[in-house]
Amino acid sequence: MPAVRGDGMRGLAVFISDIRNCKSKEAEIKRINKELANIRSKFRGDKTLDGYQKKKYVCKLLFIFLLGHDIDFGHMEAVNLLSSNKYSEKQIGYLFISVLISANNELMKLIIQSIKNDLSSRNPIHVNLALQCIANIGSREMAETFGSEIPKLLVSGDTIDVVKQSAALCLLRLLRTLSDIIPSGEWTSRIVHLLNDQHMGVVTSAVNLIDALVKKNPDEYKGCISLAVSRLSRIVTASYTDLQDYTYYFVPAPWLSMKLLRLLQNYPPPEDPGVRGRLIECLETILNKAQEPPKSKKVQHSNAKNAVLFEAISLIIHMDSEPNLLVRACNQLGQFLQHRETNLRYLALESMCLLATSEFSHEAVKKHQETVVTALKTERDVSVRQRAVDLLYAMCDKTNAEEIVGEMLNYLETADYSIREEMVMKVAILAEKYASDYTWYVDVILNLIRIAGDYVSEEVWYRVIQIVINREDVQGYAAKTVFESLQAPACHENMVKVAGYILGEFGNLIAGDQRSSPFVQFNLLHSKYHLCAAQTRALLLTTYVKFVNLFPEIRVDIQNILKSNSNVRNSEVELQQRSMEYLQLSQIASSDVLATVLEEMPPFPERESSILAILKKKKPGMSEGVTGPLKENKHPAAVINNTGVSYTKNSENAPSLAVSADLLGISSSLHQPTINSAPPASSNNTSTNLLVDVFGETTSPTAGGAKSAIGDGIIVKNEESLKKFICKHNGILFENDLLQIGIKSEYRQNLCQMGLFYGNKTNFQFLSFTPSISSPNNLSTKLNIQVKPVDTVVEAGAQVHQILNVECIEDFTDLPLLTIQFIYCNVQQKLTLRLPLTINKFSEPTVMNSESFFTRWKNLNNPTQEAQKIFKATYPMDSEAVKAKLIGFGIQLLTGIDPNPENYVCAGIIHTRTLQVGCLIRLEPNTQAQMYRLTIRSSKDTVSKELCKLLHELF
Amino acid sequence: MIRFILIQNRAGKTRLAKWYMNFDDDEKQKLIEEVHAVVTVRDAKHTNFVEFRNFKIIYRRYAGLYFCICVDISDNNLAYLEAIHNFVEVLNEYFHNVCELDLVFNFYKVYSVVDEMFLAGEIRETSQTKVLKQLLVYNSLE
Repeated sequence: MPAVRGDGMRGLAVFISDIRNCKSKEAEIKRINKELANIRSKFRGDKTLDGYQKKKYVCKLLFIFLLGHDIDFGHMEAVNLLSSNKYSEKQIGYLFISVLISANNELMKLIIQSIKNDLSSRNPIHVNLALQCIANIGSREMAETFGSEIPKLLVSGDTIDVVKQSAALCLLRLLRTLSDIIPSGEWTSRIVHLLNDQHMGVVTSAVNLIDALVKKNPDEYKGCISLAVSRLSRIVTASYTDLQDYTYYFVPAPWLSMKLLRLLQNYPPPEDPGVRGRLIECLETILNKAQEPPKSKKVQHSNAKNAVLFEAISLIIHMDSEPNLLVRACNQLGQFLQHRETNLRYLALESMCLLATSEFSHEAVKKHQETVVTALKTERDVSVRQRAVDLLYAMCDKTNAEEIVGEMLNYLETADYSIREEMVMKVAILAEKYASDYTWYVDVILNLIRIAGDYVSEEVWYRVIQIVINREDVQGYAAKTVFESLQAPACHENMVKVAGYILGEFGNLIAGDQRSSPFVQFNLLHSKYHLCAAQTRALLLTTYVKFVNLFPEIRVDIQNILKSNSNVRNSEVELQQRSMEYLQLSQIASSDVLATVLEEMPPFPERESSILAILKKKKPGMSEGVTGPLKENKHPAAVINNTGVSYTKNSENAPSLAVSADLLGISSSLHQPTINSAPPASSNNTSTNLLVDVFGETTSPTAGGAKSAIGDGIIVKNEESLKKFICKHNGILFENDLLQIGIKSEYRQNLCQMGLFYGNKTNFQFLSFTPSISSPNNLSTKLNIQVKPVDTVVEAGAQVHQILNVECIEDFTDLPLLTIQFIYCNVQQKLTLRLPLTINKFSEPTVMNSESFFTRWKNLNNPTQEAQKIFKATYPMDSEAVKAKLIGFGIQLLTGIDPNPENYVCAGIIHTRTLQVGCLIRLEPNTQAQMYRLTIRSSKDTVSKELCKLLHELF
Repeated sequence: MIRFILIQNRAGKTRLAKWYMNFDDDEKQKLIEEVHAVVTVRDAKHTNFVEFRNFKIIYRRYAGLYFCICVDISDNNLAYLEAIHNFVEVLNEYFHNVCELDLVFNFYKVYSVVDEMFLAGEIRETSQTKVLKQLLVYNSLE
């Protein structure tokens, strides 16, 4: 054991001491420069250096590099050390290379040669060093060179255990770099049988490799299930003395147990009753052990034990088939909720969130509501409180919604700033989802604005307006409530917006009361006017002109405001224009015209809350391909478009139909006053910019796909509707005289929940109605699709809802097929459609700045990482429409990146279970030639190609 | 999987940085600073876990040193928390009561310890006896 500091290399120790003694940064730099000069001269000198000296200098260079200084020489000497026969020299050489040399270094050829020599060495220590180096660098070239060698080493009877351990993980690393080196055929069973290895260390390493292989090819590696179960069973039934070296604080092999339990989560519950029984026994034993008195008071003991327990609970939740175990798990977690260890309380809340989603344990979870509410109020660590919020959200249903929403509102008053926005959205969603009484919903949202106005995003207040407009029963109440809220001495600007909009539409409903007469309403609103930002003022101007129509008796007062200097000469062009136009309108138009132009807003089409989409947005990522700048966790301005970007293909005669996410058209770039003046006939007009629909879905819901008749088992060409779905998640996939199929989907990381709505348009029942999903080619290994069965009878005029849960395992190009068979009037009907499940759906927009974008771009310089297409524009080259499509595609539109402002630059991360692929996208329009050049770079060649294919068809 | 392992002191000086993803140098520096900022503000009553971008940091403080492991969100928190402790116990045995200075002067040996216990972002060996035996063999070699 080394007792001496820096034993063996005195010069190094002296140098490190010198650096530590430096009083200032300058002194340190001076000392380093001196050392660099010294080492350089040694390396250049005539005297050949011996291995020890080389090792020492290379090690010093490494130290200097680790201090944060650039090193531009010494690489060759490090590579020389690799061919030394001495362990210590070789080790330093390999270390220097793993830390400092990038994959495309010119010395790589030499390095690979040295690794080759060491791999075939008879000294296992040299083999091991070489394997560790490959595992640390894991470049493509290494994968190509060693991909076929390492499996042999791994399963050979001559290989010693220590080397096997490294070989297993080395192979894992190379698989991550290059997935086509997967060993298959005869290797499969030999690798799977490593789970039976005598040496626990070998099993510990190998289980990681097997887990990765299973994720790529679950069927081929199915054999691991029974082996994993029996290994696990042997461990959990062992006493802590049985496993000696692998017992950690009286817990037998906790890490291996945890890994085996994770491995099993790749599969549904075992089919073989024997295996299944044994697994359930294991899980029961683990739950039982949690109730036994601890064998040690040390936290290490309880942590190790609970690491296994939590993993077992994850597996129980994953299997979702053993009600008894689920309820036991829930009770165990319930105990942890009150444990003195913060870690356990946190993990219990997190795990219970998942339990709340299982039908077997949802009720059991609800018993803990009070404890969770207490946690929300008393926990010191904000991340624990955050988990409590998540759990309340997950356990909420119709029975407890009012209570939970009430508690969340209470907590919001004192909540941490970091979680307020998310809480606001969660409250808004719960209130909407479980509202049986919409006056309650309106109260909740107004309370949200009152308590946490700054954190109420636009989506939230847009939504309350949508709902009020669509529900006649709540309009009077809403008008009354916003009017009262406005009377508070301090009133959030968001409240002014909501009040302005609602009074403009429904102020007449409360005008009968003297206390809220037209004049009072107007004065109250106008008393806030000068305190508000231009956007809000623009909205209020619209309210005023709507008042002209609602309340002719105050027309003159309003006209006076409109023509005041502060409005008609306002420096904001939008305010100026609105004032002028509204003034003219109120002066010239007859009351009939006014009544038509300023009519109440028509109801919004019903659809899923757009707030949900926002909630699903995630934190900025960290990945090799694309890295977002930190802290910029802001919403892109038009996030709402994510759910319903209109795809202008449907309105080809309206090419300039700009899609705006802006409720009232109050963003300064829009110059049309946005009054509801659109007579029905004009909806196809090119100037239809009048935002009939706030959230950008276009006019007719039946604009969907091909209308080909169904015959016997035809594949319906739904190419056009598929194309439309590339940029949106919801809409009509197919429609003919019998059947309409709608889609609603939600994406989160690599997961998707897709709802299919089958509507029977006829006056007769559909019998034997069976929709089924199939995966062409090898798509099933890439997309894991689970389908919930549906009723086989669809009544006349009824709609059937089917849920698909999809997990993206790796990137894919084929689309799953939906085959629907049913009997209509004694005639068998069958049709097959392609489902719009494209790889871009799993993309997460990534914000980054110019510098990081171009660094990434340059790093992805391997020709296969790039895909490019130059093509003629199919659609008008309208910038807004292009942007909307890009955003709808699921990538972040980055501005100010490209020196040429005409170019579009975007970034996103594609989530798959196995890996995250960063993608960078440049679209360069050439308006003169009516051409585009599309270039995509990503860390995976197949992804670049597929994205390029999908994206180019859109423009 | 483990994305990186960091050992930092309270002042933010890095005592070990082991990366299992290919970050460029600027990004590494950024991550180091960010981890420091996230971890040092937490007190003993807080959990040993922090969400970090779309990953999480599992950390434990030993005297003036923070041992941090960045793993995937779905990874098992307690298993990695104990993996840190297991690693620290090995260091402690190997360096006879390890202190920060041991890590500074023997930085190149610390990398060997790491590679014995973790490889390719996964746990390679958990038995302290086995790891120490192997390290002893290395020490006995020239």
